[in-house]
Order: sequence, then C-alpha cells, then structure tokens
Amino acid sequence: MSDTRNLFNKVWDLHTVGTLPSGQTQLFIGLHLIHEVTSPQAFDMLRERGLKVMYPDRTIATVDHIVPTDNQARPFADGLAEEMMSAIEKNCREFGVTLLDLKDDRQGIVHAVGPEQGLTQPGVTVACGDSHTSTHGAFGTIAFGIGTSQVAHVLATQTLAMNRPQVKRVEVNGELAPGVFAKDVILYIIRRLGVKGGIGYAYEYAGSTFDAMTMEERMTVCNMSIEGGARCGYINPDETTVEYLRGRPFAPQGEAFEKAAEWWLSLASPSDAEYDDSVTFDAADIEPTVTWGINPGQSVGVSEEIPAVSSYPKEEQTGVQEALSFMELQAGQSMQGLKIDVAFIGSCTNGRISDLREAARIAEGNQVAPGVKALVVPGSQQILKQAEEEGLHKIFEAAGFEWRAAGCSMCLAMNPDKLQGREICASSSNRNFKGRQGSPTGRTLLMSPAMVAAAAVNGCVTDVREMLEPVGV
Amino acid sequence: MPSEITTVTGTAVHLLLDDIDTDRIIPARYLRCVSFDGLHDHVFKDDREHDPNHPFNDERHQDAEILLAGRNFGCGSSREHAPQSLMRWGIRAIVAESYAEIFFGNCTSLGIPAVTASREDLEKLVETVKADPAAQLTVDIEKKQLTDGDTTIPIDIPESARHALVTGQWDFLSQLVENRDAVKTTAERIPYMSGYAN
Repeated sequence: MSDTRNLFNKVWDLHTVGTLPSGQTQLFIGLHLIHEVTSPQAFDMLRERGLKVMYPDRTIATVDHIVPTDNQARPFADGLAEEMMSAIEKNCREFGVTLLDLKDDRQGIVHAVGPEQGLTQPGVTVACGDSHTSTHGAFGTIAFGIGTSQVAHVLATQTLAMNRPQVKRVEVNGELAPGVFAKDVILYIIRRLGVKGGIGYAYEYAGSTFDAMTMEERMTVCNMSIEGGARCGYINPDETTVEYLRGRPFAPQGEAFEKAAEWWLSLASPSDAEYDDSVTFDAADIEPTVTWGINPGQSVGVSEEIPAVSSYPKEEQTGVQEALSFMELQAGQSMQGLKIDVAFIGSCTNGRISDLREAARIAEGNQVAPGVKALVVPGSQQILKQAEEEGLHKIFEAAGFEWRAAGCSMCLAMNPDKLQGREICASSSNRNFKGRQGSPTGRTLLMSPAMVAAAAVNGCVTDVREMLEPVGV
Repeated sequence: MPSEITTVTGTAVHLLLDDIDTDRIIPARYLRCVSFDGLHDHVFKDDREHDPNHPFNDERHQDAEILLAGRNFGCGSSREHAPQSLMRWGIRAIVAESYAEIFFGNCTSLGIPAVTASREDLEKLVETVKADPAAQLTVDIEKKQLTDGDTTIPIDIPESARHALVTGQWDFLSQLVENRDAVKTTAERIPYMSGYAN
C-alpha cells in the first residue's frame, strides 16, 4: 500500500516519542529557537529543578524584540531592556547555548535568522516562544509557537506535550497579478477563512500559486498562519526549497546535502494524500489588500469598500462595530485616500530582502509625503548588509525613509519604535490589534511592503498598481 | 508540586467579547521583565485605562476567580505572560466560547482549567453575574458541568487537558523528563540528528 500520509503526519509520526497519560503526544523538537522575551523565566524553571539543557546544540538564541533599531550602545537607555539582554547572555553562557547577539552579524529577528542560516530544514520540528514560528513551515517543517513553560520543556527534554491537529489543505491556483504579493495572498486567505477558521488545524498551503513562490514569499504566507487561528502552516518542500538551502552555513554540505535533499523531497505530501478538510481559491480573485479593522481578518481589496456591518454573521457584528468605531471608519468607505502618519516596513512577516527590494522600487525617485514618518527595518543584519550592497538604503534615505538596524521594531513596540496617540500606521507587519504598535489608541493598517511604500510617498492608502511601471506592451 | 484540580468555586468577572488577543490581555511593553512577578498589575492595562467601566476595574469583581469570556479568547501572541497575568490577578478558571490554541496550552501548563460553554449559557451567566456579582459559581472539571445556584450547565474541555488537571499531572515538565531515554531513542532514528549520515 502506498503511503498516503501528508507531510504533517509523516513528520509528526517520525518525531513521536510516545503517548502521555493525558493522551497527548510527546513530540521531539529538532530545532529550538529562543529570544530574550520568552526565555528568562524558562531558564529559571530549569534552575529551580536542577535541570540542564538536554541537547544544547539544538537550541539557538538571538535577540530581536527589545533591540533598539537606532542607538544600540550598551547599556541600553531602557533599563528593563538591558536587564533582559543581560539575562539571555548569562543564561546562554551558563547553559551552553549559542547566542547570536548584537555583536554577531548573524543576529536578527528569530524567524529571519533560522532560514537564512540554514537552520530551518524540511522535516524538522521547530519550536520557539513566539507565535510567528509558523514562518518556518515554508520549508516543510512543522513549526509551533509555544509559551514559556513549554520553552522550559524543550530546553530540558527536547520535547513538547502536544495534541495532534487536523490538517487542512488550503489550495490557491493561478498567477498573481502585478502589484499582488504573498502578503495579499495570506491576508485574503485569513479574510475568507476567518481569524478562527484555523483553530484545531495545521494549514497545508498548496497549489500552483505557492509552487511559483520564492522561499521568502512562502515565509510571508506561513508566518501569518497563526493570524488565521491555525496551530501552524506549511508548504511542501520542492526544488525551490532545496536550492535555497544549498550552501547555507548550518545546512549539510557536500554528499550529506544530496542525501538530505533526497529525504526532504520524499516528505512532500503525495498527490493522493489524505486531509481532514480542504478549500480552494483562485489567485485571480486576489488584489492588493488592506486591513480596516482590529484583527487581521478585517480586510478589503484596495478597490473595494468596507463591507456593511449587516454582511457579517450576527454574532460578529458587535466586534465589527467595535472595530469601525476604534478605527473611526465607516462601512461603505474606501480605504484609498485614508491619510497615514507612519509607514513601517519590516517585521518577521515582511522584513526580508525581497520585501525591501519591492518597497525600494516604489520609493525610488519619490519622496515620503510631508508629515509622514517612514521607517525601514531589515529583519536581520544579513538582510541589512545585502540591502546596503545593493544600494537600497540609499534609495530609501534619498526618499526620506529612516534606515534602521535589524529587529522587531514597530511590529510590537517593545523597543523605542512606537506609535504616538491616535496615529495611523501603514504597516508591513502581522497584527492590527488595538495597542499593538505601542500606543493604546494607535491604529494599524496591514498591507504589503510595496503598498506601505506607496502609502508613504502619497501620504495616504494608495493602490500600488497605479505606481508600477507598465510591464510589456 | 502540582495538585489535582477537579473543581474551582468562586465569583466571576465577565468579558464576553470575541477575539480578545493576548496584546490586549497584557500589552507588549509589560513583557519587558525577566520574571512573571507583578504582572497582575498590567492585566488588560490599556482597556482598563480607557474604559473606567471595564469589568476588571469594577470593585465588585476584584475577588473574582472565574473569568467568563467569548470566542477565540487569547488569540495572537504566544506570550505566557497573558495567562500568568490573569492567574496572578486571581483567575483560577476560565469559561469561554472557544480559545486560541497556544493560549489554551499555556493555561493548562499553569493549572488553569480553560473550559468552553455555549454562547447562550455564557450570556445567561453574564446576566447572573451582573445582577449579583457575589454569585458563587462552581466549575466542575471532573463532571464537565458548571453550577450557578440551582442551575447546572454543561461545559467542555478536551480530554487530554481534563485528564491532566484532575489527576494533578498538568506539570508536563516532570512527565517529559521521566521519558528522557525514549527521547534519545527517538532522536537516533531522525535523519538530521545524525547529520544525514545514516
């Protein structure tokens, strides 16, 4: 009989240590990524019980959330941030974990670092105390965001107690139109399936639209699986995956690489794989997308109007009203022309080199609109270096954008980059929750990096397609 | 050591809204800490400051031990600081229509039963609590029911979490540690653990 298991189930089965008394699976975790925010208490839990890190080589630490993106001199101006920084340095030293700190040119947002260093490989189970760990699923991993107690579990035992989710195949077919990016695809999926649609599921993204994507685009899609409520999301490994990993520092080298590649490709879900549920969308229906509300499912295509409250199911209408009132928007209104105060290009969703290139294409030869503060924050020091080699920083600076050091920056504002008061931010990040960008009353509009750049130069939400060079005849 | 958690009895505080994310439960700026101590001060910080009538501001709910919530409660960030802040504020059980999964897992790891009830029953419970903030509710995890005076409503919780709580085995760390030999055996059969040499 042929093996009709999808990738998720194959990888899950391979990593199953056993069944716990609760009925949960004890699952082996192949790659554990940690950062300064959710790890200090976990190390203390190990200290309290006299436990060591079981496989120190399988954990890699970096610093991202609290890192200032302008002045990085130590000690940091923020004493609390400095304390967290000292804690991760001490913990990694004491427990024998490799730390990629600010002095290491491999430092960056944890979900940028894993892939670019070749740590994230198909068939690996990945865990990190950060919900956007789903990013790593782009490589055909199963990757879970976890809490701090679970970080302690992985440190001490390299395992987690987990319930096996069901697997839902989310298929998108067709070519994306110019000006439509991976970010628009995932915002569209979340809008269609809802922010709770993924509860209980792992999403397998499949179909010709994802097949044609680069690894960076796939990462953007998988990154926001959690925003759709899914426990994780992944894309089957293919030649694109293999070629991305070839030659990366932590990837196997030489003959071992070829052996690894063969195994990676064998993990992909077969054409007759079984799923618990499936849904299909057409890429032609996706246009540049903007959120208007306070959760990532509350979005519209840029040419559309904000839907009527009555078009939502009755039980959602209170939330829709709350969102409209917080955002000071109205049903029937177009997002185009809405004035912005801040433009933020960066984050684990869209802070990679291809994102910066797309944004630079729009920024080049233009000027940030008067009164708009615009930030470009590369996802990692490696991305920053690459961008500078390509001269992207000069394009941004000439256009009036601030060019910053690598970190999470204004995605969640645990660092000095924050919205003030009621500011409206066009943002390439992943969450438009109330207060997410540092001001309790600040407002976030999620969109692709190119759309953010377009909003920055026009001072308002703009259809990026109007700014693209005509292609062909 | 963890204890068996079969019932939680206490007064309740209500927050029957959907999609309450963990940034709202505890805004990110309060995650600048190296211990969970003191997080109770920041629970729903921004919402409370902007809404004097927020249930967590209400004097009558300050001793509440049961939180009534809506759908997809605890979505967004995986921060354990969210259930930690609720627990340190005094919450010992949550009754909601549904949960985001990471939040649910974090609650179970802390010994906080996070049970579900129907919207209709939750709405009735909220009315009860509004009318009488001193009303004592009992969440019975073992029997999967919630009693409010003479009324009993069904509640649900995934069997794995129910089992872990009622048997006092919600401290997964000690269970996982016990199986370390099996962990090593598993690691040996995984191709990347041997550098794809086998």
